[in-house]
Amino acid sequence: MAADLFLAPGDEDLASPSRRSLLKATGASLVVGFCSVTKHALGAQGGAPKPYEASAFVTIGADDSVTLTMAKIEMGQGTYTSLPMLLAEELEVDVTKVKLRHAPPDAKTYGLPFGDQFTGGSTSVRLMYEPMRKAGAAARMVLVQAAAEAWKVEPEACFAERGQVVHKATGRRLGYGKLVARASQLPLPQNVPLKPASDFKIIGKPIKRLDAKAKTYGSAKFGIDAVVPGMKFASVLNCPVIGGRVKSVDDSATRALRGVRDVVVLDNAVAVIADNTWYAKQGSAALKIQWDDGPNANLSTEDLKALMVETLKKPGAVARNDGDAQKVIAADPKRVESVYINQMLAHAAMEPVNATVHVKADSAEIWTGTQAPARARDAAARLLGLPPAKITLNNALLGGGFGRRLYHDQVDQAVLIGRRVNGPVKITWTREEDIQHDVFRGVYAHAISASLNDRGYPVALSHKFAGPSNLAVFAPGFIGPDGVDSEAVDGSRNLPYGIASMRSEHAREEGPVTTGFWRGVGPSRNAPVIESFIDELAVRAGKDPVEYRLAMLEKNDRARNVLARAARLARWGEKLPQRRGKGVALLFAFDTYMAQIVDLSVDPEGQIKIHKVTCVVDCGLVVNPDTVVAQMQSGINFGLTAAMYGEITIKDGRVQQSNFHDYRPLRMSEAPAIEVEVVKSSESLGGIGEPGTSAVLAAFANAVHAATGKRLYTLPAKPEQLTGAT
Amino acid sequence: MVKLLINGKPRDFDLADEVPLLWALRDEAHMTGTKFGCGMGLCGACTVHVDGVATRSCVLPISGLAGKKITTIEAASTTPAGRAVQAAWLSKEVVQCGYCQSGQIMSATALLMKNKRPSDADIDAAMSGNVCRCGTYQRIREAIKEAAASPLLKGA
Repeated sequence: MAADLFLAPGDEDLASPSRRSLLKATGASLVVGFCSVTKHALGAQGGAPKPYEASAFVTIGADDSVTLTMAKIEMGQGTYTSLPMLLAEELEVDVTKVKLRHAPPDAKTYGLPFGDQFTGGSTSVRLMYEPMRKAGAAARMVLVQAAAEAWKVEPEACFAERGQVVHKATGRRLGYGKLVARASQLPLPQNVPLKPASDFKIIGKPIKRLDAKAKTYGSAKFGIDAVVPGMKFASVLNCPVIGGRVKSVDDSATRALRGVRDVVVLDNAVAVIADNTWYAKQGSAALKIQWDDGPNANLSTEDLKALMVETLKKPGAVARNDGDAQKVIAADPKRVESVYINQMLAHAAMEPVNATVHVKADSAEIWTGTQAPARARDAAARLLGLPPAKITLNNALLGGGFGRRLYHDQVDQAVLIGRRVNGPVKITWTREEDIQHDVFRGVYAHAISASLNDRGYPVALSHKFAGPSNLAVFAPGFIGPDGVDSEAVDGSRNLPYGIASMRSEHAREEGPVTTGFWRGVGPSRNAPVIESFIDELAVRAGKDPVEYRLAMLEKNDRARNVLARAARLARWGEKLPQRRGKGVALLFAFDTYMAQIVDLSVDPEGQIKIHKVTCVVDCGLVVNPDTVVAQMQSGINFGLTAAMYGEITIKDGRVQQSNFHDYRPLRMSEAPAIEVEVVKSSESLGGIGEPGTSAVLAAFANAVHAATGKRLYTLPAKPEQLTGAT
Repeated sequence: MVKLLINGKPRDFDLADEVPLLWALRDEAHMTGTKFGCGMGLCGACTVHVDGVATRSCVLPISGLAGKKITTIEAASTTPAGRAVQAAWLSKEVVQCGYCQSGQIMSATALLMKNKRPSDADIDAAMSGNVCRCGTYQRIREAIKEAAASPLLKGA
């Protein structure tokens, strides 16, 4: 069973110093870190007693097992396959036998170089490409040296393959497991050379997902699957008005219900504790709560849009300003100007928000699926007034992340509930709570304008947008002195087109709603605006949208290549029936180049049928080709959901959508054929989790225009706006 | 006390009649392969078989299930159709986050148990109640077609 790939919970304490020293002392395993290779090596040479502590990524057992601690969590994107591939390539082991362990909360060891531990931004493989390989190579070098010492030969006379060290001259072999005791006594090498790409045996090959069996046989464990002996179950009602509070609670009817154990009232939510989740939910329904609606009692979506449109008038952080585009455009009486709006969106990951906690007097344990384990643990520690070391956080597979699980509000709330429950309690939000109390993708207003030459091509392009800065809230240290949020302007300041004057500007306005990262972040907001506008310009110039773009890409081979190949693959230019159209979008974001073409029809009632999406992606060097294809398919379906249906609206301070009937996901019958071509490339790695979503939003909108002549200045597409005779 | 037959084993549940099967499975029996997604029968993550028919367990009170055969993902591989579907799921590399896949597999298996040659329209009809936010629909469709061609289904 593939479940064996994942360590059983009882085994997951390898990080605890006591256990590790035990392993060290007995020589039962070799633990290798890489982040501070030099320091460790020096420590070992100096005879320090704990040379392998802190950054423990690779553990080799006396039983030949190889365990990799996963600094990046798996939420569908394939890191639990691609990162072990990187390790196995250099360690010379069978990748399918590598056991995986979720990293504990420890930003110093498992975090980014600047000490923050999270999975997001389409960065996992990009950031771990070298460290994972170095971890494997360093461990292999130590094992080779250990074998050489055992045989009293030079390490250069030996090599490693398939989990064994081989002595070239004699053919003698020693399995890694037999070498761990000796290897544990050796220092890690300071200089760790990596294989040339021409020697790759695993990187670039289609390796099957290591988590596939557990997820196919129902044994994979997500946060919501935590089973803690004696646990109770909680259902939560958050204040329906954003920013509101609990005024009073009448829980008499609730407490009389079967299975209900307690009612816990928080500042802005009420939790019912019961013997199972169903009893807890029934208990919630029976509560009579008076809410203090607070400052947002009258808030509506229209207010948010008006706020962001108004904010466009204020100066923002300027991310790019070549040739003073604003001045050029202002001086042009024939300038072209459009305003686009990006709607509020929810994440609606399939696994609803949940956390299980056991809060004791002087410690706490947490079980949840999180993209940011150290942040979640530290927040719980602050709320409970405990040192972080007293909080154990057990991460799990994520039933979808999409940015939602970068935030730990569920853990915050769970510990506040848990400290008033005697024993462990699992808090599961209903789908309604999950959608209505999301950390939303915020509303953004975009003003985009251009000055054109006499052939209809832009000589100046200005894109200014107003809305929240997720990065400034999440990690303010990332915002430079110029105030630029690099994620918010990705896909805006780095347009692939050759245009003499370009400007990109972000006027920050958080607004009253809690907002956050949503798959595609900046690019999934900027691309639909900019690529729709480029389409507007092409139409205005009377030029084919693909040819028009190609003409602006003379100096950008990679962009031109993906666009031209996508056009060929999608049979761009073929004659189409009435009300059928193809739309194109080009994207450079997350260091990845991508072109997509959407082929769709719109019936007289305005109903859209998407026939096919063609996607050509150049993300540089590819670690696992099938993962790239899967992420393109995934990103496209995710984006099409937003393009067709995605809209969170607010009335009287309340989110109006509640479940999958009114916050509709794309379904099987609506999912188009998707053709993906991955460009063979040795360029540096680009991200793949998010660009697919970003590009398809624009290609979709342009296809709707091609089919109907109607330009969508906001998504989703509304059938009533697209009616018309065939 | 409600007596249920789950994956061939009888089991007593001391629960109120109206408790949905999903919560009896997850919270009482600790069989966590069957997932909670929406609570309204809208997403299919909780799909199980009741007498071989794909059924949403989140809206299915346990009181009506006495004497019926309940099959969950944990026992999906006990039927030839289930084995064929799971093999195809692995062959086509369907899963991503994996959360919805128990339900997808139970729906696909139920489809193939009654229709060994499903058309695209049949697949749409049988599978459109199962939501996947990772967007694995294209691979699910391919996997169902591969499973339908499996020797495991011959004479099953």
